[in-house]
Amino acid sequence: MSNTAAEKVRTFDTRTQAKIAVESPLAYSYRRSGAPAPTAKSRVVLRERPFLGHLVLRGGAIVLDEAVREVLGVSLPGEPQGLVQDAEGVRSVQWLSPDEWLLIVPGGEEFELENRLRAALDDAHFAISNVSGGQTLVELEGEAARELLMKSVIYDVHPSHFPVGKGVTTVFAKATVILRRPAEERWELVVRRSFADYTYRWLLDAGEEYAIGVAR
Amino acid sequence: MSQLNRLPQGGRIDRSRKLSFTFNGKSYEGHAGDTLASALLANGVDIVNRSFKYSRPRGIVAAGAEEPNAVVQLGATEAAQVPNVRATQQALYEGLEARSTNGWPNVQRDLMSLVGKLGGKFMPPGFYYKTFMAPASLWMTYEKYIRKSAGLGRSPMERDPDIYDHLHQHCDVLVIGAGPAGLAAALAAARSGARVILADEQEEMGGSLLDSRELLDDRPAEQWVAQVLETLAGMDNVTLLPRTTANGYHDHNFVTLHERRTEHLADTAPRKDGRRQVRARMHRVRAGRVVLATGAHERPLVYAGNDVPGNLLAGAVSTYIRRYGVVPGQKLVLSTSNDHAYRAALDWHEAGREVVAIADARANPDGELVERARARGIRIITGSAVIEAKGESRVSGARVATIDAEGFRVTGQAETLACDTIASSGGYSPVIHLASHTGGRPTWRDDLLGFVPTLVKGVSAAGGAQGVYATAEVLADGVETGSRAASEAGFAAAPVSLPQVAVRRDGAAVALYQVPHEKPTLRAPKQFVDLQNDVTAAGIELATREGFESIEHVKRYTAMGFGTDQGKLGNINGMAIAARCLGRSIPEVGTTVFRPNYTPVTFGAIVGRHCRELFDPERYTAMHQWHVEHGAEFEDVGQWKRPWYFPKTVNGKTETMHEAVARECLAVREAVGILDASTLGKIDIQGPDAREFLGRVYTNKWAKLAPGRVRYGLMCKDDGMVFDDGTTSCLGENHFLMTTTTGGAATVLEWLEIWHQTEWPELEVYFNSVTDHWATMTITGPEARKLLAEVTDMDLDRESFKFMDWREGVVAGVPARVFRISFTGELAFEINVQANYALHVWETLFAHGEKYGLTPYGTETMHVLRAEKGFIIAGQDTDGSVTPEDLGMQWAIGYDKPFPWIGKRALSRPDTARTDRKQLVGLKPKDPKVVLEEGAQIVFDPHHAIPMPMVGHVTSSYYSPTLDSGFALAVVKGGQQKMGETVYLPMADGQVHEAEIVSPIFVDPKGERQNV
Amino acid sequence: MFYIHCPYCGETREEEEFHPKGQAHIARPLDPDACSDEEWGDYLFFRDNPRGIHHELWVHAVGCRKFFNVTRHTVTYEILETYKMGEQPSITAEHPEGRPTDAVDQQASLRDGVRA
Repeated sequence: MSNTAAEKVRTFDTRTQAKIAVESPLAYSYRRSGAPAPTAKSRVVLRERPFLGHLVLRGGAIVLDEAVREVLGVSLPGEPQGLVQDAEGVRSVQWLSPDEWLLIVPGGEEFELENRLRAALDDAHFAISNVSGGQTLVELEGEAARELLMKSVIYDVHPSHFPVGKGVTTVFAKATVILRRPAEERWELVVRRSFADYTYRWLLDAGEEYAIGVAR
Repeated sequence: MSQLNRLPQGGRIDRSRKLSFTFNGKSYEGHAGDTLASALLANGVDIVNRSFKYSRPRGIVAAGAEEPNAVVQLGATEAAQVPNVRATQQALYEGLEARSTNGWPNVQRDLMSLVGKLGGKFMPPGFYYKTFMAPASLWMTYEKYIRKSAGLGRSPMERDPDIYDHLHQHCDVLVIGAGPAGLAAALAAARSGARVILADEQEEMGGSLLDSRELLDDRPAEQWVAQVLETLAGMDNVTLLPRTTANGYHDHNFVTLHERRTEHLADTAPRKDGRRQVRARMHRVRAGRVVLATGAHERPLVYAGNDVPGNLLAGAVSTYIRRYGVVPGQKLVLSTSNDHAYRAALDWHEAGREVVAIADARANPDGELVERARARGIRIITGSAVIEAKGESRVSGARVATIDAEGFRVTGQAETLACDTIASSGGYSPVIHLASHTGGRPTWRDDLLGFVPTLVKGVSAAGGAQGVYATAEVLADGVETGSRAASEAGFAAAPVSLPQVAVRRDGAAVALYQVPHEKPTLRAPKQFVDLQNDVTAAGIELATREGFESIEHVKRYTAMGFGTDQGKLGNINGMAIAARCLGRSIPEVGTTVFRPNYTPVTFGAIVGRHCRELFDPERYTAMHQWHVEHGAEFEDVGQWKRPWYFPKTVNGKTETMHEAVARECLAVREAVGILDASTLGKIDIQGPDAREFLGRVYTNKWAKLAPGRVRYGLMCKDDGMVFDDGTTSCLGENHFLMTTTTGGAATVLEWLEIWHQTEWPELEVYFNSVTDHWATMTITGPEARKLLAEVTDMDLDRESFKFMDWREGVVAGVPARVFRISFTGELAFEINVQANYALHVWETLFAHGEKYGLTPYGTETMHVLRAEKGFIIAGQDTDGSVTPEDLGMQWAIGYDKPFPWIGKRALSRPDTARTDRKQLVGLKPKDPKVVLEEGAQIVFDPHHAIPMPMVGHVTSSYYSPTLDSGFALAVVKGGQQKMGETVYLPMADGQVHEAEIVSPIFVDPKGERQNV
Repeated sequence: MFYIHCPYCGETREEEEFHPKGQAHIARPLDPDACSDEEWGDYLFFRDNPRGIHHELWVHAVGCRKFFNVTRHTVTYEILETYKMGEQPSITAEHPEGRPTDAVDQQASLRDGVRA
C-alpha cells in the first residue's frame, strides 16, 4: 500500500486460493435438518448463496459515493433503506444506516475491492470491515415467499411498502436479519452465521404449509 | 327425543348435514351451521353448568361472546382438551365432545349446590377471606377443597399435537366486527384503495343482520351481507378474517387478532394435503386507523331467580329462532324496558309457540313493534316487570308486578304466569372493551343509557359500538367512519351506495337495571348481576355497606367482571346498583377497566411458533457439529451453545463431569488442550481516534500499545463498577480488534456506540462487529507450540513471537491471525480464521495433535483453569458492585491518563474509596475435599448470634486437579488486608466450612508457565 | 407496543427494533474531577419521572443502530415527536403545543454538551 492512511489500518485477506474444505453457515443445518428438494407443489423455494464477499463500509455518504462509483460503477444508495445492484445483478450496495452500507460481491472479489476502495478513499474518515465469514445470503422465491416472511419478520413486506430495491435490518422471529428485495419475485435474507441454523429451522417449519423446498 | 326444539324450517343451518356430538357423555344430534349452544338448545338441554360459587344449575343465556354460563371443556382426547370454550361461539362438528366445567359429581346432581341452597347468608362477598382467615397455616388445607369445587375448566395433561403461529400484519384500516357497521366501514375504506383488514369473531360475518327482520333494498338483510362479502373478497387490498377475535388493543394501534382456523372442523387440526395445518393464528396487526364496529351487548334485567335455566336475553331468543331454527322453550314471558326486545316475542309467536305476556316497564309503550305485538293479540302488561322467576332446574313461572323503577319498589300485587322461558332486556351496552384496553375511560350517555368509548388518536367507533342502533343509521355511520378512516390514512374517499332500509319508529326506552322485589334486596331471593362469577345485587349492596365505595374496590371485593367474563353482561347493571346504593349517579361511580383478553385465547396462539426447538435461537460456532459428534455436553452462554465438557466413554462407562473436567484440566497443564473460543465478542475498531477512544472507555492505558501487541483491558460504567473485560489488539496505528466476553458482545458494542454518538461524535472512529466472521480456537498447554509448528511455518520463537503479541500467518493452509494470549496460565495460541474454514483447521489440528495428547476442553475446564490463575469472569466474579480496586487490579487503572475516562471519577467517591469494601480474594478450604458452594455467604464469627453479619460471598468455586483440592474466589470485606485469616461459611444444612483467605492466584503465581 | 419513528431511517418501526436508554439530555460533565460528589451522584443516579411529557433516549438497535430522542407522554404513551442527537425537542412540558420558533434557539438550559 502506498499511502499513509492505508498503512495505519491492517487489511488481511482471510480467503485462500488453496483447495481447502469450506463449510457454509448452513452446512451443519443441511446435515442435521435435511433439505427437502423443491417439488411442483412448493410455493416457496429457499436457496443459500454461500461464500460471497461481504464488506461493511462506514463513512460519510458523499465521499463514499464517489469512491464506490469509481470502483464498483454503481452509486451509493443515498436514501435510507436503499438497495442498488450493478448491471449484472451480482454486486450490490445496501444502505444500513446514515454512515453504513453493506457491499455484497462475488466471493473472492472482496479483498481487492476493499483495497481499491481504500486507495480511492485515501485519507478520508472511513472504515471497511470484511464480514464474509460471518454471514450468508439466503434467497426466498415463490408465490408464498411474502406470506412466509409475514410469519417471520415484523417489518411490513407488502409490495406497496417494500418495493424492489429496498432493504432493511429488522427482527426475524427472535433473531435479527437484513431483508432485501432485489427482484419482484425474489427476497434475500442476510443472516449472521451463528443464527443461520435457527433461521433455517424456522423457515422450514414456517414454510411447511407452503411445501417449502430447498434448492442446493 | 331428538331436537325437540328445532323448527321444521328456517335458520341458516344446513339441514341436509347432520352432525352427532356428545355433551357430558350423552349423544345428541345437530346440524352443520349450529353452534354447540344452538344444538344443545335444540335438544332441550337446560342445564349446561353449575355456577362457580353457589353451584346453582345454569342454562344458556346468550348467543355470543357474552355468554356467562355455557363455558365448556372441549376435546375427545386428553391432549386435545381445551378449557373455557363458550358453547355459543363453538361451531358444531362431527364427533364434538364437550363437558361442563363445573359440577361434582355431575351437573344434574351437584353436592356443592347444598351450599348454594343454604343461600347467600353462608357465602357473602369476601366469604373466603373472612372464613378461612385463621389460622393461616390451615389455608393450604382449605385451599385444596375450595379449588376442587371451583374453577372453570382444566388444562390438558398431555402434549398438544397442534401447531400455532403468528402473522405480522400491517394495514391502513382495521375494521373490527363485520356486522352492518363493520361491513359498511370496510367497504367504504376498501373502495378508497386503502389496505383493509376486516375481522369478525363469529362463524359467519354479518352480525345482527344474520337474524334481522329488516329488509335491505327490499331483500332479506342476509342477501346484502352475502353481496358485500363477495365484493370485499374480490378486492386485492382486503383481508377477510372470520372466526377471528380482536382480543387485545395495545398502544399505537397495535391489535392482536386471534384467528381460530380449524376449531370449527375438529378438536385437533386435520391435515391438509398431507401437511399439518395451523390450528390458531395470532395476527399481530399494526393498523394506521382502527374502526371499532363491535356492536352492543344486550343487558339482562336483574330480578330474583334470574339465573334459573330458561332465563335468556331477549336478543338471544331471536337469534336462536331466526339464525338456527331453534325455539328454546314452549311458553315465553318477555320483560323489557325497550321496543327492540319485542322482536323476541314476535319471533316466538311466528314460530308457533305461546307468548304468555310481555311485561313492559314503560307506562305507555307505543312503538311500531309494540303495535305489531298488540295486533297479534299478545298480552302486554305495562308499567311492569318480571320481579321473580320461579323454578329450580328450569323456569316454571314468572311473577310479574307493576313497579316504580325510579322509586325502586313494587307497586302492585304480583301475578304468577306459568311459563318455561323468560326473556329479558334492559337495553344495550356498546361493546367498549377494546377501547378500554388502551386506558380510555368511557363516557356515560343518558340518552343512550350506556357508556360509549372514549377514543384515542387513530381509532373511531361505528354503529352499535357508539350507541347508534337503527339499521339505516348504522349503515350510514359505517360508511362515514370507514371513509374518514381511509382518508385519515391518506386515501381519497370513493362513493359507496347504501341499501334502502325502512325506518322503524321506536318508542323511548326507560332505565331499568335491577328490578325491585317485594322484599329488600338483602332478603329477596338471589338476583344475579354477574352470572359467571356468581355476584348478586345483594353482594354489591353489602360491599357498599361495608365501605367499598370505589367501583374498582367493589369489583375486587365481589369478583364482578373478573376473569374470562370481563363484565360483558353484568358490569353496567352492577355499576347501576352500586350507584343506587351509594346515592350517586352512574357516571359518578364510573366503570371498571376492561382488560385484555376480550375472550380467552389459547396459549398456543400466544406462543405461536416460538416453542420447543424454536423457543429461542441457539447460536452455533463453525465447529458445532464436531462438538456434537464428539459427545460434548453443552452449556448455554447467552444464546450460544458452548461445549461444557467432553465426557469420554471407555468400556461402556461414560465419565462424570468431575472426571472429564479433571482429565481436561490436567491435559492442559501437562500437554495441550483446545477450546472453541469463537463465541467471544469481536469488534473491529478503525479510525484516527480509535486509540483515544480506547483510552476513554478502558480503565488502563492505550497510548503506547504498538501494532502487533495485545493488551488486557477493563471496562467500567461511570459509577466505577466493572462491567466487561477482554483483550484488545493493535492491528495498525488506527486499527484495533477488541474482544469482549461472550455474553457482553452486543452490550459492549452498544456501549461504545452510545458514547461515540451522544458524547464524543467528534472522535473519528467506527466500530463494527466481526464476531461471526472469525472462528477462534485456543490451543494451550506446554505442547502448544510444538503442535502449532506442525501446521504453520510462522515463526513461533518465544523471543520473536512474545507473550501478548499477535502475528499473521497461514495455519493449516488457511490465512490466520494468531494471538499469544492466555486465559489458562499456560502457553497459549489463539488461532483466528475465517469461519468458513474453521472446521478444516480444527480437524487438521487434531490430525497432528494426537501425539501431543491434544484434548478438547469445554467451558467448565476453562473456568477451573482461569480461576486457578485468579482471572475473573465479568458477570460471575463481578456483579455491578465491584470496582477494579476491589478486584485488586490497580495495575489496570491509569489514574494519570489525561482524559477523565469512564468510571474514574466515581472511584474517588467516599463509598467506592472505602478500604473495607468487599474485595476479591482466594479461599482455600481447610478441608481440601470441600468444594465451597458458589454464592455461599461468608462470616468472620460463626458463633455470632443469628443474624450473623455477612462479610462476603463465594463467586467461583471448583475442585482443582492440579492442587488436588477445592479452591474458590470470593469477595470479602477488606479481604486484601486479611491474607491468612480464617473465615467461615455456614451452610443451610448446619455444616460450617472453614477457609483461609489467600491470594486469588493459586497456580504459577509468577506467571512463568504462559511464557515458556 | 409502541410504533416509533426513527429520524435516521425516516420510517416508523415496531418497538421490538428499539431499546430505551433512559432520560434524554443528560450530558456527562465535561470535567468530572471538578464535580462535587453530590454533583457527580446527581449525574449518575438521579432522573426525572414526570407525569406527562418526557424526553427519552432510544436506540434503533435492530436497524440503523443510531441513538435518538423521543418526546413521549407518560400517561397516554403517545409519542409526540422524535429527533436526532444534538437536536432540541419542539414539544416540552412548558410548551405542549410546540415551542415558539424563537424559543428554540434559546433553549440553552437543555443544551449541556452534545448529548443535548
